[in-house]
Amino acid sequence: MTGKLATSAALWLLATITAVCLLAPWLAPYDPSAQNLLLGAQPPSLQHWLGTDSFGRDLLSRLLHGGRLSMLIGLCATAVALLLGVSWGATAGFVGGRTDALMMRVVDALYALPFVMFVVLLMVVFGRSLALLFIAIGAVEWLTMARIVRAQVRALKQSEFVEAARCIGLSNRQILWRHVLPNCSGPIIVYTTLTIPSVMLLEAFLSFLGLGVQPPQSSWGALISQGVETMEEYPWLLLYPAAALTTTLLCLNLLGDQLRDWLENSSPGGAA
Amino acid sequence: MSRFIVGRIAQALLVMVVMSVVIYALIGLMPGDPIDLMISADPNMTSADAALLREIYGLDQPLYRRYLAWLGNAVQGDLGYSRLFGQPVLQVLLPALGNTLILMATAFIIAIAIALPLGTLAAAKPRSAFDYSVNMYAFAGISLPSFWLALLLIMLFSVNLGWLPAGGMAAADASFGEQLRHLALPVATVATLHIGAYSRYMRSAMLEVLRHDYIRTARAKGASERRVIWVHAWRNALIPVVTVLALDFGFLFSGALVTETIFSWPGMGKLIFDAVMGNDFNLAVVALLFATALTLLGNLIADLLYGLLDPRIRAGGGR
Repeated sequence: MTGKLATSAALWLLATITAVCLLAPWLAPYDPSAQNLLLGAQPPSLQHWLGTDSFGRDLLSRLLHGGRLSMLIGLCATAVALLLGVSWGATAGFVGGRTDALMMRVVDALYALPFVMFVVLLMVVFGRSLALLFIAIGAVEWLTMARIVRAQVRALKQSEFVEAARCIGLSNRQILWRHVLPNCSGPIIVYTTLTIPSVMLLEAFLSFLGLGVQPPQSSWGALISQGVETMEEYPWLLLYPAAALTTTLLCLNLLGDQLRDWLENSSPGGAA
Repeated sequence: MSRFIVGRIAQALLVMVVMSVVIYALIGLMPGDPIDLMISADPNMTSADAALLREIYGLDQPLYRRYLAWLGNAVQGDLGYSRLFGQPVLQVLLPALGNTLILMATAFIIAIAIALPLGTLAAAKPRSAFDYSVNMYAFAGISLPSFWLALLLIMLFSVNLGWLPAGGMAAADASFGEQLRHLALPVATVATLHIGAYSRYMRSAMLEVLRHDYIRTARAKGASERRVIWVHAWRNALIPVVTVLALDFGFLFSGALVTETIFSWPGMGKLIFDAVMGNDFNLAVVALLFATALTLLGNLIADLLYGLLDPRIRAGGGR
């Protein structure tokens, strides 16, 4: 839809950003938390490619290490959402009947709650540890996954291969795990790809509000929120972290969308 | 139809009761209570005084007792006092709700007015340069963090050009033009981000509809392309789009937390955030419940709209 060129550009850009961030401990030119108060905030230069912040810390190094944490949160929180959403949706869709109705009403009810507020509440109630951040974000992002998986499972439940599996005497659990869920993998993969950017965006929001990643750790969201405080004096402190986050999200969204297009065009029976 | 409506209302009420338990319990679990704050403010207070105060305010009771007592008062219209503002909860809540509605409804209407034609035109000429630009804009809209866009707009229009105020809301007696000037940047932020998503919904719905036989029939009988797009396809493509838009109704009432915070717009998002962070128990519970109730109401209205647009659903009487 957006052209092969854009997709491969997005793929390469994303791979580069990911690789560079993962290798941060080896690639970063400076220690991300090493202060140099005499230096202070300096605009980009040959020694510090992206400049330094008001404590004289190298922004490039902080950006690489922050990206590592942002991506880690993106992956872990998505995994939480995946686990919750798939098991909830698959159970509801497979069991059907009243259980299904009840389980999906729970999803509807949670949808009605202003969800950013929900995360804020969770963070305030349960403290601000990193593990909790994964769970809180995952706990919000699983709803759509549950709906998608449920619809898929319900459609597949009627199909002939499930009937055949039942005839040869497989248990419900075997049918669900070996026959139904593998057939839902397409939409699950696509939606997972699209969940990662929304999770990263949510983490950035939370860190921006001061509820997410706490110092001395740093993520892109946390860097942006620090950059905002001095955006008029030292604009580069806001500009580069924001650019890194936006570029990564853009690439992920582009790829997820392309994946969805391929899936919809290649699966004739896909009831997405 | 009326049975459908009654059923949906009953369901929404049930959801409200469940949500009130969840919200009350979560906020009840927040660390610290008002007495803790009183203790830290008053060095002369002994632990016996604190225990006495807890007893007076019922804070020594188990959570479910407190919930039932709160529910009993709430049903009778007594929603309690806001600790932060020192006013009855409703007097704090209603103005904030009004402010949020002004901001969000304006943004919502502008986003729809721009996004639906954009998406339709992009679908009418798929793979054209116009289609690609709409698509790229849409992706930027989805990927751009709202706080980043808001800050860029402030930098450009308030700091560099000095055309528009950087935040706040005009006084109630200010001129209409002044009100608009304060509204411009927050509305632009919210609308820009939603135009991206909405134009994509519209585009894919249109592409789906344009594949149908009745479109081919319309073209075959010689209807102009403009008539095919805007008369035959548009109305049918709107049906799924309205559903998706309806799911977004919630954001009209719960407000945009980040946008409101950055522009210091005194709306619901900021109010709920301040209430939760400031340990304002009564205000937080009621504000969250209000936002939830209005979202449910929005969804209900959308379901009815859906029926109006698509007679087949009205006859079916359910989803």
